[in-house]
Amino acid sequence: MDRRKFLKLAGLSVTLAGGVPGFLNREVKARAYTPPPGALTARRWGLAIDVRKCWEEPNCNECIKACHHLHNVPDIPDKKREVKWIWKDEFEHVFPDKPNEFNNIIFTHKPFLLLCNHCEHPPCVRVCPTQATFKREDGIVMMDYHRCIGCRFCMAACPFGARSFNWVDPRPYIKDPNPKFPTRMKGVVEKCLFCYERLEKGKIPACVEACKKKALIFGDLEDEHSEIVRVLKSRFSIRRKSELGTGPSVFYLL
Amino acid sequence: MFEKALVGSRKYWLWLAFLALLIFIGFLAFLAQLQYGLGITGMNRDVSWGFYVAQFTFLVGVAASGVMVVLPYYLHNHKVFGPVTVFGEFLAIAAVIMCLLFIIVDIGQTHRLFNVLLHPTPHSMLFYDMIVLNGYLALNVICGWAALHGEYKGTKYPKWVVPFIYLSIPWAFSIHTVTAFLYAGLPGRHFWLTAIMAPRFLASAFCSGPALLLIALLIAQKVSRFRVEPKAIDTLSKIITYALLTNIFFFGCELFTAFYSNIPGHKASLIYLFKGLEGHQEWVIFMWTAWLLMLGAALMLVIPPLRKNINTLVLACVMLFIGAWIDKGIGLLMGGFTPTPFETITPYRPTVPELLISLGIWAAGFFIMTVLFKIAVSVKEARAA
Repeated sequence: MDRRKFLKLAGLSVTLAGGVPGFLNREVKARAYTPPPGALTARRWGLAIDVRKCWEEPNCNECIKACHHLHNVPDIPDKKREVKWIWKDEFEHVFPDKPNEFNNIIFTHKPFLLLCNHCEHPPCVRVCPTQATFKREDGIVMMDYHRCIGCRFCMAACPFGARSFNWVDPRPYIKDPNPKFPTRMKGVVEKCLFCYERLEKGKIPACVEACKKKALIFGDLEDEHSEIVRVLKSRFSIRRKSELGTGPSVFYLL
Repeated sequence: MFEKALVGSRKYWLWLAFLALLIFIGFLAFLAQLQYGLGITGMNRDVSWGFYVAQFTFLVGVAASGVMVVLPYYLHNHKVFGPVTVFGEFLAIAAVIMCLLFIIVDIGQTHRLFNVLLHPTPHSMLFYDMIVLNGYLALNVICGWAALHGEYKGTKYPKWVVPFIYLSIPWAFSIHTVTAFLYAGLPGRHFWLTAIMAPRFLASAFCSGPALLLIALLIAQKVSRFRVEPKAIDTLSKIITYALLTNIFFFGCELFTAFYSNIPGHKASLIYLFKGLEGHQEWVIFMWTAWLLMLGAALMLVIPPLRKNINTLVLACVMLFIGAWIDKGIGLLMGGFTPTPFETITPYRPTVPELLISLGIWAAGFFIMTVLFKIAVSVKEARAA
């Protein structure tokens, strides 16, 4: 074998050696996630909030407390730096397009619950440069805190203000840490994840479970027989900023 | 060729030492930010991008503007630009490096920066921004250095560099278009959701960038035996004038659409910026300053005697540069984030560490620009002698 042939052969071998495993890796990556046995599954998870039931207990914050405790959401006193997964606000802020001026009067001081809408076409996922935020097959918009670079493009893209950034180390602000759920570090974005970790164990989201008035209905929006679909078919509901086409999966029953 | 940067007057070294000091101070502030987190800045839950991203956006424009001297020379054989193209390219190098530094200081998990490469995501505009900015940096390093090296050796630029030069021209447009797309594709941010975002970006870039280049060239002329042809200055000033007028026209289009349509969401940000909203007037004085400066500069530039007079020309360039810097930097960001998605107003004010870090990066940019311009000027001086 002359030098020239040897070099050709060597080059070809290197290419194959480099290329084949690369190709196989891609195959492995494409494998879908399989939920463990006993997990709650859906084609598209959604949440309906019966606001009238919620108003029966205007001072109740059980859902917020349950969620924030379970998920180690820090309690940062500075409003501008706070981290929140689920919270309450007034009608005019939740639905700023104001269907008409009297709504504001009807709904004065009536709280509306806010959380990530787990959009069907989430703009946050579209803009994320590392896929640290991504949409699962069951519609949950997830966060990978270990991949997030903290560019906050998702915060600019979210029309619902659902995302919080850890401007400082959140750990000193967690009063009673829950060792079963990871805490976050400074410099990453976080938000509600529809309790994916509870669904895996066959449990409904913490906020839904905590609600004394059963005002929160969680279920599969693509299952005709689910409670949420039955309720949504029979009662008037609205979604936040539906005109933007993001397809929120959180509904407000009025 | 680099040895040219290592010999210089006392003034040259003092200037570099001054910039190095600012870089050092900025670096210390950055270390404090790494330690404490981005909470050290004025950014918050509602205004989640601030001074850093504003500087980034503005500087992408400055970088792109190098094409305004490259294009007429290489595509239209506008010979008087021959000696200045390299300065356009070197300005672009300094500006792109500043852009990259502003991104680095803006992200929350600095050491994870390379996740963008590790997990390439073609549906994110930031992915393309990374490609076009780094590509543009490489193109300008190649074209600028090769052309100058040719001159250094007393020959024309080598043939192999020509395709890169041609590629750099559309590439310059691409960097600012992609940067505009970072903003213009977001639902629910009315101020940014405009089809003329990219054209506006380009217009403001093509006046502010060449304005900076013109001033830098005149400074180079003052401190060395290097001479720019008056005709080159004249063409450059005309380019600045047209781009500035286009920028003003585009802004007028935005005003018309927002206020004639009377759609609250489209008006709110503009009202907040120029008049104040719900008692918040944080940026009103800045925005009026910006636009009065730009309008004043436009007026000076369209009057031929004022444009041809070097003193008034420089004044107009300084004015429009500051105006565009405020408008496209902080004005663009604040208008996009205000009102918030809840139709509330959360004020933002950069903090001292944030400004020191920014100043450090600007100093780094000027440091690079000074060294590169020094090399180019020295090569040209040696040729002339």
